[in-house]
Order: sequence, then C-alpha cells, then structure tokens
Amino acid sequence: MIQPRKNVSLSVLEGRAKFIRTETVRLSRIAGAGHYSSTFSCAEILASLYYEQMSLEPSKPDWPERDRFVMSKGHAAIGLYPVLADLGYFDPSELDTYTRLGSNYGDHPDMKKVKGLDFSSGSLGHGLSVGVGLALAGRMTGRDYRSYVLLGDGELSEGQIWEAANSAGHFGLQNLVAIVDRNGLSIDGHTEDVMSVEPLDDRFAAFGWSVQRIDGHDLSAIRGAFDNLHSGDHGKPQVIIADTVKGRGVERMEMSLDWHVGNLVGEDYDDVMAELEAGLKPYTPENLQ
Amino acid sequence: MTKDMQDESEIFRGTTTGSTRLRDPKSVRGTPKAGMPAFVLGEELADIADHDPRIVVATADLASANRTNDFRDRHPTRFVNFSIAEKNMITAAAGMASTGLIPYVATFASFAAILGAEAIRTDCAYPMQKVRILGSHSGMSMGFYGSSHHALEDLGMLRCMADLTVVCATDANHLRAILRASVEHPKAMYIRLGRGRDPVVYNEVPDIEFGRALRLREGTDLTIITCGSQVRASLDAAEALAKQGISVRVVDMFTIDQMDKDEIRAAVEETKAILTVEEHNITGGLGSAVAEELLELPRTTFRKHGVPDKYVEVGPPAALYASYRLDAVGITGVSRELLTKV
Repeated sequence: MIQPRKNVSLSVLEGRAKFIRTETVRLSRIAGAGHYSSTFSCAEILASLYYEQMSLEPSKPDWPERDRFVMSKGHAAIGLYPVLADLGYFDPSELDTYTRLGSNYGDHPDMKKVKGLDFSSGSLGHGLSVGVGLALAGRMTGRDYRSYVLLGDGELSEGQIWEAANSAGHFGLQNLVAIVDRNGLSIDGHTEDVMSVEPLDDRFAAFGWSVQRIDGHDLSAIRGAFDNLHSGDHGKPQVIIADTVKGRGVERMEMSLDWHVGNLVGEDYDDVMAELEAGLKPYTPENLQ
Repeated sequence: MTKDMQDESEIFRGTTTGSTRLRDPKSVRGTPKAGMPAFVLGEELADIADHDPRIVVATADLASANRTNDFRDRHPTRFVNFSIAEKNMITAAAGMASTGLIPYVATFASFAAILGAEAIRTDCAYPMQKVRILGSHSGMSMGFYGSSHHALEDLGMLRCMADLTVVCATDANHLRAILRASVEHPKAMYIRLGRGRDPVVYNEVPDIEFGRALRLREGTDLTIITCGSQVRASLDAAEALAKQGISVRVVDMFTIDQMDKDEIRAAVEETKAILTVEEHNITGGLGSAVAEELLELPRTTFRKHGVPDKYVEVGPPAALYASYRLDAVGITGVSRELLTKV
C-alpha cells in the first residue's frame, strides 16, 4: 500500500477543517486581505489529505518516499500553512509573520521558504503538469509515492491543464491523483457563465482518467473516495471531483462573489470566528446570494 | 545577394575550418555529410547519463530534429516525449527536478523560450529547479520556415529572469563542455543552440566556467564580443581584417546573464572599439547586455550588430545571414565602418 490509514476519527478531521478555516480568518487579518472562500471550499479535502491520507515524515521534509501534494490553486495556501505548522514542519509562531516584509509565508506559496511544501504555485494551470513530472519521476526512480494535485475549477480553463491531463492519461500515471475543488465560482462569476467546465466527469474520462465525484465537504465521502483509489495496476490517472461550496462555513461568504478576496475586521471578525467555532451548519441552496 | 557578395563569401568560406553555410533541413537529419560536425546533443547527454542516474531527457515531438533520439535509444526509460505540449513539458520537468532528477528538455528555441517563457520563470527559475532548457535552431537559422520558427528574442526575454543561467553553445565541442558543466550547476539553465551542425570553432572540448568568457583571438584595434553562430563568422572576419592590417580581438561571451565584466573592461582598456555581433534582435540580447555594462565603464566606441527590430524575410539561412551582414563578409564591413569612428 502506498499510504497507510492513520486511523483518525472523522470528528478529529472535522476539527482540523475548522482549524484551517479559523486560521485562514486569523492570518487574513494580519495581511489585511485573504482568500477566504477558496480556502473554505477545500478545508475538508486538505484536512483529509494531510491528517489521514498522505504518507509524510514531517521531521524529514525531504524524505524521498513521501507522498507529494501540489496546491495548484496556490491562492489557498493560507489554509495549508497552518496545517504544515501543526504537523511540525515549522514553529506555528512563524505564521504570525504571514505576508509581512521578508516572511516565508506569502499569499502564494514558495517552496524555497516553506518547509513541507512540495512545489511553489500561484500561476494557475501549472500544478497538474508538476504532478505529471512528480509521477514520472516516481516511475523512473522506482518509488511508489502518490502525487496529489489540488485543482481549482476556474483554472480548468487554462490550456496547460489539459496538456497535462492528456499526458497523464497517455503515460498511464496511476499514482497521480487530481482533486478538483469544484466550488462553482471563479472571480467574475459562476464557472458555467464565465467559461463552462462541465461535463467535468466526461472531460476527464475522455482523457483516460478514472473519475469519482463526491460531496467535497463530506469527510466520510472524501475518505471513501481515497479508499477507492486503485492500488492495482489499471494504468489510469485518477481524479476526484469534489463538489464544494465556495466560502463554505461562513454564511455570508457561501457562493458569494464578494469574498474571493476580502478583509474581516472588528465585529465582523468576531462574528465569523464565532460562526466557525459553532461548526458547519447544513448548507442549503437558499443561502445562495 | 549580389554577385560581389557571393564571390566574397566564397573567399571567406575557404578560411573556415568548417562550413559557415547552414544546410537545408533535410541535411540536418540522417548521416552527417563528410566534414560536417554531427549534432551531438543526444549522444553527449547519453554519455553523461551512463554515469549519472539523475539525468533524464524530454522533447516535444522533435526527437529526430534535435537528436535526443540518440539519448532515447540508449536510455529509453529516462526519456519522455511530451508531444507538442511545451509548457506541460517544461513544468513537468520542474516537477521531476524537485525529486532530485536533472531534466534536459529540448525543442526549437522559438517554442522552448518564447512559448515556454512563463513556465521557465515560474516553475524552473523561481523555485530554483535544476531544469536545463535546450533551445535548438535558434535565431533565424530556420530560415524560410519563417518568423514563427525563429527565436530572435529569446536572450532578451530570458536574461532578465533571476536564477536562470542563459548560455549559448558555439559548436559541438562547446556544447559538450556546457552540458558537462551544467550537471552540477545549481540553477535552472537556458542553453541556446544552433541547428546542431554548426561550423567548428573549438577543435577540442574547451575548459569552461559559466560567467567567464573565452577569448579566442588577440587584437588591439577592435574587440568583437559575440556568441553562438556568430563566433565562427567573427573569427573569419578577424582573419580577413588582419590581412588589411586591422588587429581584432574576438571574445566568445557565451554566458549572457552572468556576463564576464572583466572581459568587457579589458576590451575597453586594451582595444579602441567594441562591436557586439549576435544572431538576435538588436534589442535586448548580447549587445544590450554588453551596453548595460559599458554604461559603468569609461567611454568607448561601440556598436551593436544583430538583426534589426523587425520580423525578417523568409529565405535560406545563408542568404539571410548575408542579407543582415551576419556572416564574415558582413562583419568585416561593419567592423571597418565602426573603426572609421574611432
């Protein structure tokens, strides 16, 4: 097996997803701006990957056999830094420097500065190609680590994504796992209005990928999807399309175009922190703005 | 080309150790003609890879044109053909490099450097990944294939990127030296190549150090600072000028973005004028880089010689070189014009 289950309870994972959200709000206040809603949509995915699924050795960030993670939607790095600190890659107090002059931690992540970060990102559309390279390298060097790439749905308009998808299918890179944070919005509107990405399942399948589609906020479903990843030799790269809600967890942000980048201060900050601490409320489409 | 130019170029051709003429594309493939140097890229990389398991090679559907198929045949499991998807190739190479491999990715310079520029900056240079981008058939050496296939802007575009070392290979032995030295170089690299059957300048593999120019001919009247395809032509021009009583120093400034400032200073102090010669747009390339250094040095007589800031006509490469005075005849004339201003 590539990565052993770490026997983490779903309630623990739920707590870590909450931690990702509250840290995002806290760090955004330091910066005076933050990518809240793009990070909230992938909080459960990040928690599941880093606290349960990935084979990691935080005391040895360069461990060659480790699973890799590429945050192609680099603007959600604000949710990844606290996880890496929490796992012990660096002292959590370093997060207090977030975005300040000379900090290791900017809005988009720099692998030269962030321990535990497998690749830099920020320019959308690149991450899946990085994953292709990581998977090819694993094959060439006889290592069976898995390479996970978190894609935004807006960046699926970038042509390079499909160059990478095509090559992954052609090369049969089974240890490459893409996760699409299908939160439905890019900056200027609903993806299906700005530039459609559906039918996404069929698109990936046509490029030779094995496809699963799940509720990306359901930790049990996420676990199930990871469990379903094939470890036998079927020779297909694997994608999990995670249907999510942009801004999930803070009602005013859910499916709102106003919070791709925002700044919570004063009472708003306190209210949102309290809302997050109370835990996720059921999401209903009536919340749509 | 006028008849006079043709006649003169015949004379100059006789002074070279290899032909200054570039061949039509058919002759690039297959068995090299007698006396022509072979495109050693794939063979040399395969030799290096025999002793270094980190070396991997990729191309974008041009394995026969750039002879990376020589590598493929010897190390098939360390070769990847990404087809016509250059950005994916360069970024994937960066991913491979992040695991400790050293990828050499080769395609035409127009696609490697110009199409791939953002992937080079964002995924190779900025994250300090040891990717070596090999841009072959650079400049206007693709001749009548036209401006889509020319790379007359690559040096200008790439030399302003931090943590990217930009070098030009002059001939087969020089390319061997660059490839050997590149293995342990800590930064990403762009290596600009000609069509592979380049006229001989170095009869042996030279000792090189990135950032240190190679002075190939001593002289006192003029220093020609050049690189790549124009080194042979400049040496031939220097030979012709010597017969006219003009003493010309020729410098192969093959590292473009860690320029050898000492060599430029020496040219200012020891010769009367400086001419830069490059197969590149006159804006942004070697001449501009030298000019930037000259601004901080005592005033000297200086001229940049290259391709004007335009998209060139189609034509056989040799005709284009003659037309833009980027052959021995042309460089001889430009040199004489410059020296009238000293």
